[in-house]
Amino acid sequence: MESKTIRFVRRGELVSLTNVPPDRTLLEVLREDLQCTGTKEGCGEGDCGACTVVLAEPGPHGALEYRAINSCIRLAHSVDGMALWTVEDLAGADGSLHPAQEAMVRCHGSQCGFCTPGFVMSLFGMYQNHVCKGEAVTRELAQEELSGNLCRCTGYRPILDAAQEMENLPRVSVDEQAVIAQLEQLRARRELVPSSGTYLDPRSLPELLALRARHPQAQVVAGCTDVGLWVTKMHMQFPQVLDVTRVAELKQVERYDHHVAIGAAVTLTDAFEALVADRPQLKTFANRFAGLPVRNSGTLGGNVANGSPIGDSMPLLIALGAHVVLMSERGHRDMPLEDFYTGYRKNVLAPDEVVAWIKVPKPADGEFLRAYKISKRYDDDISAVCLVVNARIQDGVVAHVGIGAGGVAATPVRAVKTEAALRGQPWTLDAAKAATATLRSEFQPISDMRASAAYRSEVLGNLMQRFWLETQGLQHINLESFRLAEATTP
Amino acid sequence: MNAPEKFLAGTAVAPATGTSHIHESARAQVAGAATYIDDIAEVRGTLHAAPILSSVARGKLRGVDASEARTMPGVKGVILAQDIPGDRILATFTHDEPVFAFDTVECIGQVVGVVVADTVMQARRAARKVKVDIEPLPAIVDVREAVKAQSFVLPPVTVRRGEPEQGIARAPHRLSGSLDVGGQEHFYLEGQVGYALPLEQDNWWIYSSTQHPAEVQHWVAHALGLENHAVKVECRRMGGGFGGKETQAGHIAVWAALAANKLKKPVKLRLDRDDDFMVTGKRHPFAYDYEVGFDDDGKVTGLKLVLAANCGWSADLSGPVADRAVFHVDNAYFLGDVEIVSYRCKTNVQSHTAFRGFGGPQGMIVMEAILGDIARALGKDPLDVRRANFYGIEERNVTHYQMTVEDNILDPLVARLEETAEYRRRRDEIAAWNARSPVIKRGIALTPVKFGISFTATFFNQAGALVHVYTDGSVQVNHGGTEMGQGLHTKICQIVADELGVPFHKVRISATDTSKVPNASATAASSGTDLNGRAAQFAARQVRQRLADYVAEKQNCRPEQVIFANGQVSGPDAVISFEQLVDDAYHSRVQLWSDGFYRTPKIHYDKHTLTGRPFFYFAYGAACSEVAIDTLTGESRVLKVDILHDAGTSINPAIDIGQIEGGFIQGMGWLTTEQLVWNEKGYLATHAPSTYKIPATGDVPEHFHVELWHEANREDNVGGSKAVGEPPFMLAISVWEALRDAAAAARPDGRVHMDAPATAENVLKALQA
Repeated sequence: MESKTIRFVRRGELVSLTNVPPDRTLLEVLREDLQCTGTKEGCGEGDCGACTVVLAEPGPHGALEYRAINSCIRLAHSVDGMALWTVEDLAGADGSLHPAQEAMVRCHGSQCGFCTPGFVMSLFGMYQNHVCKGEAVTRELAQEELSGNLCRCTGYRPILDAAQEMENLPRVSVDEQAVIAQLEQLRARRELVPSSGTYLDPRSLPELLALRARHPQAQVVAGCTDVGLWVTKMHMQFPQVLDVTRVAELKQVERYDHHVAIGAAVTLTDAFEALVADRPQLKTFANRFAGLPVRNSGTLGGNVANGSPIGDSMPLLIALGAHVVLMSERGHRDMPLEDFYTGYRKNVLAPDEVVAWIKVPKPADGEFLRAYKISKRYDDDISAVCLVVNARIQDGVVAHVGIGAGGVAATPVRAVKTEAALRGQPWTLDAAKAATATLRSEFQPISDMRASAAYRSEVLGNLMQRFWLETQGLQHINLESFRLAEATTP
Repeated sequence: MNAPEKFLAGTAVAPATGTSHIHESARAQVAGAATYIDDIAEVRGTLHAAPILSSVARGKLRGVDASEARTMPGVKGVILAQDIPGDRILATFTHDEPVFAFDTVECIGQVVGVVVADTVMQARRAARKVKVDIEPLPAIVDVREAVKAQSFVLPPVTVRRGEPEQGIARAPHRLSGSLDVGGQEHFYLEGQVGYALPLEQDNWWIYSSTQHPAEVQHWVAHALGLENHAVKVECRRMGGGFGGKETQAGHIAVWAALAANKLKKPVKLRLDRDDDFMVTGKRHPFAYDYEVGFDDDGKVTGLKLVLAANCGWSADLSGPVADRAVFHVDNAYFLGDVEIVSYRCKTNVQSHTAFRGFGGPQGMIVMEAILGDIARALGKDPLDVRRANFYGIEERNVTHYQMTVEDNILDPLVARLEETAEYRRRRDEIAAWNARSPVIKRGIALTPVKFGISFTATFFNQAGALVHVYTDGSVQVNHGGTEMGQGLHTKICQIVADELGVPFHKVRISATDTSKVPNASATAASSGTDLNGRAAQFAARQVRQRLADYVAEKQNCRPEQVIFANGQVSGPDAVISFEQLVDDAYHSRVQLWSDGFYRTPKIHYDKHTLTGRPFFYFAYGAACSEVAIDTLTGESRVLKVDILHDAGTSINPAIDIGQIEGGFIQGMGWLTTEQLVWNEKGYLATHAPSTYKIPATGDVPEHFHVELWHEANREDNVGGSKAVGEPPFMLAISVWEALRDAAAAARPDGRVHMDAPATAENVLKALQA
């Protein structure tokens, strides 16, 4: 089987690559095939950000949307039809540095320099998405958007300074109209050819379902933030790949009266944005999901389909009562998310089926929602324990409660017994204590490198206590939102 | 002609040293144009290697079956111990480490051989298909178990002064306890890499991401059965080192060279990050037992301390690391009657190695823990107890290893930080706040650092450099030090620029190269600038002297009257540009290049008793850290950090502050989020950044303030500066002490036992124990 030609726009030029295997990463193509060694490999698993590059394609309103992503775990074929910037592409023809670069130099943000290209590209993404739109880069924003880039030399302070310094330098802008025109040419050319060969990237849902039925052995990928590691770390090879991220229908977030439907190809960044729009208290939780480059590539559908017991979106979705919609040419199935899983990384998907939508109910009046994540590091870590509690207390009684938990079983789970114990009960300290005990007894977590079983069990219950305290209006009891200002005014 | 006075008064510019020049490679680094080993354009025919790892912690190696691997696409060969033409044991000091395992394996991740293929991924896939037949034997993973079994890589060492037993027995107060402090993965962003190119007549060109090119040269020659002159090792820069590329880079280079030797092709070996974790050594985890007596002021009257270093399966640098831990148990404190027993334990895990601080942090932390505990036992402010134990100026000024502390600035330095950080006011305010806060507790600690500067292996304290002035007046410097991001090359350009009186941009550094400056020591022990900066300064000075002699002869003056500044050279009669002078001198056949050599004065010590003057001087610093913990989960955050650090007369303040901030955050990682977890089989479960968490942007304290202590080094060190690479690392002990302070606030008994790192789990445990 032939693989299709990869075409993307870089430095104002059209780049065409042929005979690229379907499982070759973008970083390999950059460093080995194109001999552009400015982009570095630090970890090969999307955790350090040294390989960060920026992709852009027109968004729903036609303007370019810029996304910093990890090239080490991104399949090269997935950038077909996009514009790509690497660290080599920012400086002017005369060698003048881009503000993202100049600010790093001036602020002494580069020591050993190995993480630097990745930071520069994350800064470039921030520059396009914020500075060029007239938005100030605050310290907080810089910390959030650089959370997927690790530096071992500087201690970050000078890099955070650089992020804020960019806007003080003479503005440099991308000729967006030219890029958009080039991308439009690529799109037109692409539409003439149906998806075939070793890398299948259908553009419509019917096309996807037909290909899935015809190629049940093909490896389905979305943002590749997990499957990419199967390639780089487990050395798996895929003769054929089915990429769902170009399916127009699945790239949508649709709002209905009672729920939001998030397509399986919607990135985690956009999916969380939709969830946070309805429930602003989830903003920090969303920002703590991996680092920005992973959120920019990975999809909510991928996180759900992948079904890791420590995947962080599922406890939330379960607590919110989300449903997952599976589709095949035979029709669709709709089920509560927790019913999707049958065991450790096992689910009910048939060979010809794909995850198509995640339906998340809108907030109910009086809903009290808290999402707790315990991890070794605050940002860009996977939780040891995750607990999400969504309760509606009416007249002092638990009218409704949804509890999702991660890190405590072989799959993400609903705390069915604890929910049952609470439902219809008066919401009192005793009820909370009872819920704490039930929650601890409901799961038998394991010990691993993230935490011991005893700790997981203990904290699971303690998080229920935290939830109780928060429903009682206690402030400043969660370090997630704890700042110096709170420290001085209890 | 311009008179020199007029010229100097009119256009004087600041000298290069003392200013915050940007890193000499910064502009290339931000443009992706700075070359690391894996970025070098590959020579035609280059093959790629991947290691075959032991999956058993200890066992008899019965055989290696690579038949399947050999049939895989692209595979060109499998290299094992029998393919080593030279010594099968690496040329380490203790000569205890096989190049490739044979007969036995001693840790999971020990390298048995390498597979070579056309591409990296082909080699890695095939390496996993090699079947290594191992008969498992009982293994020791835990360091305390190793002590019990008397399993050592080197014999124990005891340092003793006075009568500690009596000091403890007679004391009005006594405490005893134990502590466990975890190791640390270097996590240099650039993984280990070596690239071996066979040249004509059995000569070799090795590109290695190494802090110690001369050792790589020596090891490669030894393994290939060649003399050192056949091997040239080059390193322009590393993507981070932190000690992890002091000895560990040598293994990679040797493996690549052995493969290249067998296949007669250039071979590159770049470790995958997971393999890097599994193969290479880390900071030594330590276990401690102590007994201390103290008076009503908290002054230590007697201390008995056992330090058990988990060295892993071979000695590597464990001897000197454990020595430095012994040397730094005192930190800033006078220990009159003391006994320190140091065990160098052999366990079946990775062979632990150098890491920023080199045992110093592991020595200091236990003393800080003891003083914190003493303060809580007495109900005193920990800073008061620390201060009561500080070294004196005229008395109480001799260390337990018999070195007089001559440059003590602890009192004024700590007093100033105490004031600027408002330590006392905040301590009171935090206590009041804690009383009102049911879930979150805050803590604060101010801890000092006194760190000895010099390699403890005295002979390492030497350096060489070459300064070449070309006929156009441009200058190239080469020295034995390596650049790993610490700004060494930048500082040396500054030093040489000032010595020759030329602007910074006139001076360039070339890659570190064993064929230019031979026998160079590792760039380690914070000594890079002290040693190589002085050597380069001396080299430049010799060139300047020759030029001054030349001018003096022409202008009929004394050479001292010739002044080099601002790119101009002035004698009593005339001022000419440096370029013009150089060109004239060349045509008059004046030698325009020179070598320079430096060895550190004053130092000596007896390595058997660990007594003498191992250090030329001490670097000082102090940090005040404030933290908050969540008593429900054990989670913590570092809120506020103030640092005052002694870098002497700073050659480059921006670089020095960068070292202080970076060292502090790295130390904070060691003591908070960075946890290495080996399972009972000796398998390192945290072998990737997904599970091993170094600090990220969100961990930077909201308030993070660093100031330099402005006082020249009292010893004659280059430019009056002090070494700055390692000392700030230990400022982070303040974070750990602040966490213990917060934990104590949440306990009714006010006591706290907490192992490091202070993960959420360990903090919660400390609250409940």
